[in-house]
Amino acid sequence: MAEYSAFSLLKNAFNGNKDWKPAWRKPDPKASYDVIIIGGGGHGLSTAYYLAKEHGITNVAVLEKGWLGSGNVGRNTTAVRSNYLLPANTRFYEHSMKLWENLSHDLNYNVMFSQRGCLNLAHTPAQLDDYARRGNAMRHLGVDAELMTTAEIARLVPTLDVSGNARFPIVGGLMQRRAGTARHDAVAWGYARGADRRGVDIIENCEVTGFLRDGDRITGVSTTRGEIRARKVAVAVAGSTGQVMQLAGIETMPIESYVLQAFVTESLKPFIDTVLTFGMGHFYMSQSDKGGLVYGGDLDGYNSYAQRGSLPIVDEVMSEMLALFPGLARVRMLRSWGGVCDMSMDGSPIITTGPLPGMYLNCGWCYGGFKATPASGWCFAWTIAKDEPHDLNAPFTLDRFYSGLLIDDKGQGATPRLH
Amino acid sequence: MLITCPYCGPRDVIEFTYQGDGNRQRPQPASQDLDAWNAYVYERLNPAGDHNEIWQHSGGCRAHLKVVRNTLTHEISSAAFARGDHKSGARHKAEGKS
Repeated sequence: MAEYSAFSLLKNAFNGNKDWKPAWRKPDPKASYDVIIIGGGGHGLSTAYYLAKEHGITNVAVLEKGWLGSGNVGRNTTAVRSNYLLPANTRFYEHSMKLWENLSHDLNYNVMFSQRGCLNLAHTPAQLDDYARRGNAMRHLGVDAELMTTAEIARLVPTLDVSGNARFPIVGGLMQRRAGTARHDAVAWGYARGADRRGVDIIENCEVTGFLRDGDRITGVSTTRGEIRARKVAVAVAGSTGQVMQLAGIETMPIESYVLQAFVTESLKPFIDTVLTFGMGHFYMSQSDKGGLVYGGDLDGYNSYAQRGSLPIVDEVMSEMLALFPGLARVRMLRSWGGVCDMSMDGSPIITTGPLPGMYLNCGWCYGGFKATPASGWCFAWTIAKDEPHDLNAPFTLDRFYSGLLIDDKGQGATPRLH
Repeated sequence: MLITCPYCGPRDVIEFTYQGDGNRQRPQPASQDLDAWNAYVYERLNPAGDHNEIWQHSGGCRAHLKVVRNTLTHEISSAAFARGDHKSGARHKAEGKS
């Protein structure tokens, strides 16, 4: 029987909640493992979970330099969608969406996945044409998409300024109904528990300080808690990718690290029941189940590893919010924070074997890594277990920048801060 | 964040346009060295610490500046005209990865 169920809830309610086990153990690292995963974020934890569940590889350690969920898995704005233009991205993110749809059941852990839809607003006829093209590309690959008129949008989001007097009048939008949000902490905790129960060691406060090598081959890592050997070492460290790869002697990567800020307001009564994006700037918003509006915008526009942002972007994001929702002018912002994003050169991720023997690499998530969490782990686990990529992540190579097989969904070119 | 423009003095960051990594070395236009072009377009040092970068004072004198800025603290240790000499600061190795 599932560990968490109505019955176990009731039973524990009667005995003072004394029988709950911790969701994951706090083991000391062993001398060696079959697989080490560097990075205890969403992607590292889901990789460990699918290695154990799909491939039966349970002698696995996840090494996290801080505490579990302290990085980007707890810093994102929780949106989940698969509304991409290019086939490689659409197929990958749709696989992720299908895993999301069954995730709470699969993990026996409520990740509060809520398919409330994601609406991209169009502000010019040309932009609406572009959305029609993207919607058609999505539907061609079996993903749901529909164009919405201004009147339909006004019914769905009555608080939105749909008047012709708005700074950027709304002419329509592209809706993906199956998109939505999930509770990001629960995703980290659910995967951690699922991996732990299958025998994976999750080792927190364990920072990797170097790689053990036999010639070119990676044979383990040295950490703040001693040396740990492994047949396979997988790297899933998002914004810290460049730093970790430099420990392995790889000086440059097709990645720049930037800070992305996010914001939450005080709790409001139900205000918006979809994920909404602005088309004339970079702004996206949803409402959490607690009632706070969760929103964000552009990156701070220069390389940064500081997990905090600067004021010009705060000002810009608030201006965009008020351009859409003049009624929010008096609402108070509760918190803001920042996360370090691994911006790749074409805006698409890297999930691959290598670049050194014994090493596996998962990075380049830009600021869209949260929605990819299930498929990223699923594909990375496949790649680690079988020493070759699955069809779904075969396009996400590291050498595509050299070979020219880029996956540039936005058509932006090699300026990572603009993806 | 304030950047001290050598011509205008200390100014707010919103007056400046970030032009990215200043370590990159552009090959000669006629060069057919694919490794060098690949390194210039795609490969980055991306350090956590002092970073050589190019900024333009687009809201002021419009000069291009060579700035050394710490990516962990955002502290700026130098800002000078980039004119002519920013290549001398280049330490970007062509890795020749494939």
